[in-house]
Amino acid sequence: MANTTTVARGGGSSAPGRRRKRPGGPARPSGLPSWAVPYVLLVPGLLVIAGLLLYPMVQLVIISFQKFGIAQQRGRPADWVGWANFEKILSTELFWTSLRNTVVFAVVAVTLTLVVGTAVGVLLHKLGKKMSLFVVIGCMFAWAIPPVAQAAIWRSLFDADSGIVNWALNLLPDWLSQALFGRADWTGEPWLNDAFTVYVVLVFCVVWAGFPFIAVSVLAGLKGIPNELYEAAKVDGSGAWRTFRKITLPLLKPVFAVLTVLSIIWDFKVYTQLHILLNGPTNREAFNLSMYAVAEAFKPPPKMGTGAAISIVLTIILLIITVFYVRQIVKQEEM
Amino acid sequence: MNPARRKRLGRILLNTAGVVVFLYAIFPVYWMVSTGFKANDQIFTTEFIPFPTSFTLEHFSRVLTEGVANNSIWLYLRNSAIVALGTVLIGSLFALLSATAIARFRFRGRGSFLITLLVVQMLPSEAMLIPLSVMIRRVGLGDQLLGIIVAQVAVTLPFGIWMLRTFVAAVPKTLEEAAWIDGASRMTTFWKVLFPLVAPGLVATSIFSFITAWNDLVFALYLMSSSEGYTMPVALQYFFGQKGVDWGAIMAGSTLMTIPVVIFFLLVQRRMVSGLVAGAVKG
Repeated sequence: MANTTTVARGGGSSAPGRRRKRPGGPARPSGLPSWAVPYVLLVPGLLVIAGLLLYPMVQLVIISFQKFGIAQQRGRPADWVGWANFEKILSTELFWTSLRNTVVFAVVAVTLTLVVGTAVGVLLHKLGKKMSLFVVIGCMFAWAIPPVAQAAIWRSLFDADSGIVNWALNLLPDWLSQALFGRADWTGEPWLNDAFTVYVVLVFCVVWAGFPFIAVSVLAGLKGIPNELYEAAKVDGSGAWRTFRKITLPLLKPVFAVLTVLSIIWDFKVYTQLHILLNGPTNREAFNLSMYAVAEAFKPPPKMGTGAAISIVLTIILLIITVFYVRQIVKQEEM
Repeated sequence: MNPARRKRLGRILLNTAGVVVFLYAIFPVYWMVSTGFKANDQIFTTEFIPFPTSFTLEHFSRVLTEGVANNSIWLYLRNSAIVALGTVLIGSLFALLSATAIARFRFRGRGSFLITLLVVQMLPSEAMLIPLSVMIRRVGLGDQLLGIIVAQVAVTLPFGIWMLRTFVAAVPKTLEEAAWIDGASRMTTFWKVLFPLVAPGLVATSIFSFITAWNDLVFALYLMSSSEGYTMPVALQYFFGQKGVDWGAIMAGSTLMTIPVVIFFLLVQRRMVSGLVAGAVKG
């Protein structure tokens, strides 16, 4: 891991600057003045980012203030409705349940992913070389599975009739199951009918697919901590937990900051897995913000205006979180 | 307990934990693959059947020959491949040019461009979908694979540039200068010197874009209205039919679409980690 991370830090990217400052220097036969070269190289990338990301963002804001239905999609000019779309969504209960689902799910899923991921990262660091590689390869599989397939797998594990989760819960001694869940019989338990249990399944799915990234990143961070620090701690008689709290955690703080923010962003906008678990935007009780926005904008009759308004709310939340991400990265990296 | 025994016990505990984590990670994957090979009576049962004792290729052959939603699965695989490869081809070229500009030159607006890259990566594609679908339909690309490719290039390019710039920066500047001194033009230098050295990075970014485009459900689902244009993820959801779920077919189909992703992923996962966590991980 060590060599790739040094590459990623972009060592040496600060050097080139000095060399460029020779406008009158030996003519380079590209026909372009030196100062123009980077801009010419940037044109395609800039066009895509400006035209397909920033301009649509502006369009999204505009649409959110319009009544934008099927006729407008065909090119009919849209009516300006001011804040009506926002007022409408803020007064619908569905918006608030979606927001609640989004936030509660993100808090639970991010916490669990980070805890499991960190624990596994520390474990990988302690394991021998071969064993560590073995476990990492297993984790890579979980990470690599496409979201659609992830959701299909977890849906099958939690299937009411043939899922092995119900089978496993039935194996529990009745008194234990009774004490833990207040019931003993799990035969045919339909996990995906109720919004709350859908999110239970989604948490399982997302934590399982998400922990490897955390684990591998934490492992890379741990490998970067000089061994002398731990030796010194040992000499001073520091225990394992104390060493972890006083050395490991503070040194890994920047890693955790980035991992936390990234996980929050990803879990806030989770869509695909929820779509598969719910069979599309059907159970409104279980909507999160992205699904609510998509359902509003695309389910006939399409109401792109209100869909856009919901998207704006989601985007603003994500942009606020992104600020922390950008600040961390800028701090870490000499760009 | 003496220290040697304690140490051995610790080893055993650690390794046991390692095996548990391995099983936790791999079991659902194993379940997907093995269900695809199980006969229906072993799938639709309340019992736990760890190994497909009734090993059958029935689901795979059914998925491959019968297809779903009136089309053969090969059409969906082909559509997915077109979208993913199209995204890679256009995206990689653009990413290489932009990454070279960022890594090789200091220019006005460089810092703001980098920050823009970081920010737009985080925009939710479900939000972008609304204006993009309107725009893509307006320019006549609605219901066409090219429309999905355009959306995918937009989504994958920022991270592609971000990742690739570190590879360009790692190529020593002196190599290019030597070529200049020998009289090579900027273009020749770019293609003959820089390009071969950046090739591994280009492969890594391409694979990243490929996986993102190959996995995408949202754009493919809402930009396409006719089933001829569906990609694999869209087609897969049709196996969850009205008449009950055909688990054998779903798992066979999921396995088919997962194979290329896993192969590619194992090749580049390190780059993805370092690209996302960037400087925060000091290697």
